[in-house]
Amino acid sequence: MQTVDMQQLKSGEINLGTSIMAVQFKDGVVLGADSRTTSGSYIANRVSDKLTHIHDRIYCCRSGSAADTQAVADIVHYHLQMHTQQSGDRPSVHTAATLFEKLCYENKDALSAGIIVAGWDKDVGPSVYNIPLGGGLFKQPWAIGGSGSTYVYGYCDATYQDGWDRDQTVEFVKNTLALAMSRDGSSGGVIRMCVITEEGVERLFIPGNELPKFWEGVEVLPPLSFKPKQQDPSGPVPMAVEA
Amino acid sequence: MTSIGTGYDLSASTYSPDGRIFQVEYANKAVENSGTVIGLKVKDGIVFAVEKLIHSKLLVPEANKRIQTIDRHIGMATAGYLADGRQIANRARDEASNYRETYRTPPPLTELVTRLRLYVQAYTLYSSVRPFGCSTVIGAIDKNGPSLYVVEPSGIAYGYNGAAVGKGRQLAKTELEKLKLSELTTREAVFEAARIIYLVHDDAKEKEFELEMSWIGDESGGIHLPVPKDLHQEAEQKAKDALENFD
Repeated sequence: MQTVDMQQLKSGEINLGTSIMAVQFKDGVVLGADSRTTSGSYIANRVSDKLTHIHDRIYCCRSGSAADTQAVADIVHYHLQMHTQQSGDRPSVHTAATLFEKLCYENKDALSAGIIVAGWDKDVGPSVYNIPLGGGLFKQPWAIGGSGSTYVYGYCDATYQDGWDRDQTVEFVKNTLALAMSRDGSSGGVIRMCVITEEGVERLFIPGNELPKFWEGVEVLPPLSFKPKQQDPSGPVPMAVEA
Repeated sequence: MTSIGTGYDLSASTYSPDGRIFQVEYANKAVENSGTVIGLKVKDGIVFAVEKLIHSKLLVPEANKRIQTIDRHIGMATAGYLADGRQIANRARDEASNYRETYRTPPPLTELVTRLRLYVQAYTLYSSVRPFGCSTVIGAIDKNGPSLYVVEPSGIAYGYNGAAVGKGRQLAKTELEKLKLSELTTREAVFEAARIIYLVHDDAKEKEFELEMSWIGDESGGIHLPVPKDLHQEAEQKAKDALENFD
């Protein structure tokens, strides 16, 4: 029997090999993402926006296939607009996350989509939901996703603390993404962020030349003044190479 | 009845010249002849009470319930044809589980009533069906607190603080108006509900009836349940006593 491995992208499919995250704090949530969109080794877009508007106070971070996640986000956006018209009320983040989960689970064989949903609602305030590849639904105080996230789980575990304010949370998201982008080849470009509170949505932008810098290694080559010692005949001898 | 013999009352899909749909009005007649159903929306909950008329002594006591559960937190009572009431309850259950499946959250009553009334209204449009011969009193405690609605055979639904349908609705409504519903507890409302049902029952015309009561409140954990046996008996006894003093 022939099976289709959908984990594998079709050749030429646009990929969001990505670093995304969302973190909740007292008054709201902060979403963040890198801006690299790739097709194989080619960077198809170096300033893409992976933070997608779902409703007035709900955004999502998309990772996986760009086409799949855009389609799913569009469908959820449609359902929430209908829901709003019918109930006369803004949807809860839980409602939005549930719709994502339903679509991702029921079509798991056809989709490659890892989505983080976050926002603010009047029922519970801020919340973050993670919907990873198989279509599970997990409520978390913070969530990271995409290929770059694997490099920074330890950093997040060691750094995150409850009770941060807005600025501390923004700083955390910025630093985590910068670290992920520096190690993950499929992530990079700029950092886009989104702060959602009861009052509204604020977009933040960190250009590529203003990313937070961490230890990047020291020059391994010897300084120019360095003079190699006389060859020790008893030590290892370079292999003879023909001219 | 001016409608009879004109031919305008033969189908739900035909208007009379003055814009009425007689089939819907006849459906309302079926409700008017039914035992009384009341619903009370109080401070912290909902109480349903039904005057279930017993047409045969051979019937098993407490069978053929007129109060039904739609979801954990939603209950309803119907006046009119019980068979139609069961059909509406089944539809309501489908809609509730469908909402739960989609949104993973208990359906708010407003949403459920919206879906239910669209269903009922569809039966006023076609010549091949008859409108539902029952009115539905439906109540719940959802995220917005207690709420209570009545869905009529026409497909219209109104929200109420106190609702009464069936034979004794006029008297029941005046009794409900006397109550300070927003200050009553659910437990107090059980006693009032029992009293009203006993008051409106006309034992000159109908011999036997059974009092059926359910509630949704803090004492039932926000779940639609029959009123506990001991409370039911106590309320029934007090209702009988009140009636004797009334006479």
